[in-house]
Amino acid sequence: MEDNKKLEKDSVGLVEPKKIAFKEPLTLECGEALEDIEIVYETYGTLNEERDNAVLICHALSGNHHAAGFSKNSDKRPGWWDGLIGPNKAIDTNKLFVVCPNNLGGCHGSTGPKSINPKTGKTYGPDFPLITVLDWVNCQAIFSDLLGIESWQCVIGGSLGGMQALQWCLSYPDRIKRAGVIAAAARLSAQNIAFNEVARQAIISDPEFQNGLYLENNKIPKRGLRLARMVGHITYLSDEAMRDKFGRDLKKGKLNFGFDAEFEVESYLRHQGDVFSETFDANTYLIMTKLLDYFDPASEFQGDLVKTFASIKAKLLVVSFSTDWRFSPARSKEIVNALISAKKNASYIEIKSSHGHDSFLFPEERYTKAINAFLDN
Amino acid sequence: MNIESIFNDWISSKSTVLDLGCGDGKILSSLQKEKNIQGLGVEINANNIQKCIEKGVNVIEHDIDEGLDAISNNSFDIVLMSQTIQTLNNPLLALEEVTRIGKKCIVTVPNFGHWKRRVDLLMKGQMPKTVSTQESWYSSDNIHLCTLKDFEFLCKELDITIEEKLFMNSSGKIRPYLSFGPNLLSSSGVYRICK
Repeated sequence: MEDNKKLEKDSVGLVEPKKIAFKEPLTLECGEALEDIEIVYETYGTLNEERDNAVLICHALSGNHHAAGFSKNSDKRPGWWDGLIGPNKAIDTNKLFVVCPNNLGGCHGSTGPKSINPKTGKTYGPDFPLITVLDWVNCQAIFSDLLGIESWQCVIGGSLGGMQALQWCLSYPDRIKRAGVIAAAARLSAQNIAFNEVARQAIISDPEFQNGLYLENNKIPKRGLRLARMVGHITYLSDEAMRDKFGRDLKKGKLNFGFDAEFEVESYLRHQGDVFSETFDANTYLIMTKLLDYFDPASEFQGDLVKTFASIKAKLLVVSFSTDWRFSPARSKEIVNALISAKKNASYIEIKSSHGHDSFLFPEERYTKAINAFLDN
Repeated sequence: MNIESIFNDWISSKSTVLDLGCGDGKILSSLQKEKNIQGLGVEINANNIQKCIEKGVNVIEHDIDEGLDAISNNSFDIVLMSQTIQTLNNPLLALEEVTRIGKKCIVTVPNFGHWKRRVDLLMKGQMPKTVSTQESWYSSDNIHLCTLKDFEFLCKELDITIEEKLFMNSSGKIRPYLSFGPNLLSSSGVYRICK
């Protein structure tokens, strides 16, 4: 007998994605306008009569709209932030109306490179414009209008999701009461960009990539995507986490003097890469890594974060994790220090966790209690 | 009179207040309610930080011993440092930072010169289990204990002006008679200082 996910305690249960169509085109930072935008999203909990208990969840690089609960009864794993979203969890769906859209340019149902370009009648493929975090947030603002949500109780996310939350504070100060900026940074470092470039080159140099026209040519640049994900995945974990999880364990208990996956860690990375290469779109990955690289809201203010933050009205909770080296605690502190200098309402916590950058996905007690209290006060 | 009413007296409404070692955020929370101040706490203890967030007090997880480089000169109307200085590795740095950042500064100092502690040491020959905690010397957070006299000497050395001082008994009440022999009679001192 299959489990009935609807009945699971502390889970939002079975969820169905919804879709919303934009009535107007969206003009992007690059100057192009996108027409017929559709955004796929999930919601958990109930919007109250005042329509003021809504929380917007922003997903990270490879995330999607399926943040909590189960899509079907046979699902083994719940949504990517199920540890934090649900009844009586950090983001409590008994009280809050939680909304998670798949971002523009994504490959899980929202308009993206796999969608049909209304101007040509063909898939966008490599012609999908390079979008930015600001474009995403502008897109989410229109999405909020369509949902009838004037102001978000909180916009929250980890990594690239945290960057969107920060951008919300800057772009729509009157439409956001709180922001959760988790495991994020105010801009990428050269090292961050370097890792993204390796990932992009892995994809672009795959012969199956076909200059981005792989769908038309019935090909998938699986090897490129796989490599990109493997490199990315290493940066999401910490040395400590990898040591704990794999150490130098051998799959077959002995060395085989060959190039097959001998160490557990090799096998794990290959598996992660394989799964990813079958579910993620290469053009989306290229766009989203570029979008990360471009994120630098202070560039308009000659790099001055304090001036950048002057317009903020929301209350912020900034969270970092001790073993995160992709966006280390020092990067969060840059944000916090500027918030203090700009005299903004902000709190900062540094959570001890062994999971590296991925820590933001795990419901560590201190972390979830802090988010819960932040949303409550 | 207790310490809260002193803070209420000394801190004008709508001030910006930085509380170094803010604990569970009690002081800031009450000042937010009573005086509509804009508060920010700095704290290192995870449980205390959580309590601050629960009270709606802005709090930054940070070790004061690392200094407060990110906070600019004279950027807060008030800097509070209450029952914290004795827990720091580097109280000198903290005092420099307090007076650099605050237009006005309020520091409360537990008095190791209190007669009870002197008697304890004299009679038992053992370190008194001091101040607010009942911890032994090896497990106490209070690693840099001083007397009020010591504190005032330090202020002089650092060119810090003591604008006003008040003295508290062991139940935290301000009592005028304590000023007859504060270093012997009072359990702690409240100092308004500036540089």
